[in-house]
Amino acid sequence: MNGGKKFNWLGWLVLAILLSLWEYGARMSPTLRFYIPPVSQIFTALSHLFVSGQVAGHLLSTLSRFLEGYVIAALLAVSLGILLGYFRFAYNLLETLIEFLRPMPSVAIIPVAVLALGIGDRMIVAVTVYASLWPMLVNTIDGVRNIEPTLIDTARTFGLSRRLILWRIILPAASPYIVTGLRISLSIALILVTTAEMIAGSRGMGFFILDQERSFNSGNMYAGIIVVAILGYALNRLFLVLETTALRWRRGMIARESA
Amino acid sequence: MPILEVEYLSKSYRQLHGENTLAIGNVTCRVEAGEFVSFVGPSGCGKTTLLMTIAGLIEPTSGRVIVKGKEVKGPPPNLVLVFQEYNKSLFAWRTILGNVRFGLEARGDRSIGAESKTRELIDIVGLKGFEKHYPWELSGGMQQRVAIARALAYEPEVLLMDEPFGSLDALTRLELEDTLLRVWAELKTTILFITHDIEEAIYLSDRIWVLSRRPSQIIQELLVEFSRPRNQLATRAEVGFMAMRNEIYRQIGHAP
Repeated sequence: MNGGKKFNWLGWLVLAILLSLWEYGARMSPTLRFYIPPVSQIFTALSHLFVSGQVAGHLLSTLSRFLEGYVIAALLAVSLGILLGYFRFAYNLLETLIEFLRPMPSVAIIPVAVLALGIGDRMIVAVTVYASLWPMLVNTIDGVRNIEPTLIDTARTFGLSRRLILWRIILPAASPYIVTGLRISLSIALILVTTAEMIAGSRGMGFFILDQERSFNSGNMYAGIIVVAILGYALNRLFLVLETTALRWRRGMIARESA
Repeated sequence: MPILEVEYLSKSYRQLHGENTLAIGNVTCRVEAGEFVSFVGPSGCGKTTLLMTIAGLIEPTSGRVIVKGKEVKGPPPNLVLVFQEYNKSLFAWRTILGNVRFGLEARGDRSIGAESKTRELIDIVGLKGFEKHYPWELSGGMQQRVAIARALAYEPEVLLMDEPFGSLDALTRLELEDTLLRVWAELKTTILFITHDIEEAIYLSDRIWVLSRRPSQIIQELLVEFSRPRNQLATRAEVGFMAMRNEIYRQIGHAP
């Protein structure tokens, strides 16, 4: 990664060359063109979709499902993670279960969710919560367990109650780990929303992309993919901004430790 | 009435292979309000365990600790412990101002005056101008100053200090000793100090308790009557300073 401040000319140049090759290749072959339309055509389709308002509704559905699932998962994972990180017994109780469920590819849960919740918003949100829960949970547990015991002793000698120790010491001390979990889960939540929408849904970007493919509208299909890509990129950037603000205290510390 | 009483205190630990080891033998002592008293003893004699027990962070195996007439069950409200490892004890996510203000927040002072009290303490320990820095930006000596200011902000009646200058270089150590004496004279706190540096103990204290090797027990009490305010050159050059040093050294060296 570069510093994030300088504009990466080279990277954008590589992207531009690839797009030009795509454009040229697609124009050369009529067969290919059916499956992979030229870039220019995709962008025309994209602008039509936005002007006609066809894609906005789908985008909003995806975004609101994503937010709902992600926020619910974050609240659940962080509170459960602190509990499991803090109380050895609770951790021993659930460790095996977590280690068993966590590595399972989360999309495998979609059929179960469809059986239990039918096809609709609730199913999609539930699947998103389930999948994005794990990285946040595991990182929060790690964060709490790695807290320097002297910090807790310090808080105790200053007479802080258990509740205050949780808010004033444990949460901020574990926050770098928690944020790492939140960042990993961001992408996972987006993947799961889109996938679930493809399998069961009548709205959302996942549904839109699959629907366009089935109606042989490859221009719109690619436009949909681009919208999802931009959505993912934008959410990641937004997260990075929030992260740098929240963990400002840590930036210099890391730079010095690794120097 | 003494402000702090330790009665027949002992602490044993169960080791991995099941045996019990005694860390603190049978310690009885009293500290009067406003005194500066030091424990001095060889490394690994259980000094830290002793102080943690007095601070209510560790439960004693037998005996008891009484602060202002009240038996200690858990950390008492009018006492605070300064740890040797300042880098582990400071809050990395708070600035120097935030760290020191924590002492005030901990005793519920969220008044308008809290901010100026915080700045005053930062000034007293000689860190003016570093309010907005984070702990990692400061040297070890400066970090320990922050930890001391934070403890003082809590306005404890008893300040326990566990080898607070143990990991600092010699010059910084002398400087901080003087800062501590100045602050102690100004705020009239009671200080119970632990060190393995004999001269440091003599320089700082009114009274010294010499501790034996594990299990730690008080093997001698010494009164230090050099005049105050003390001075790194003059006090250490006093007749009797070296004699006292040698006396303690012999005690520790021959400790049973």
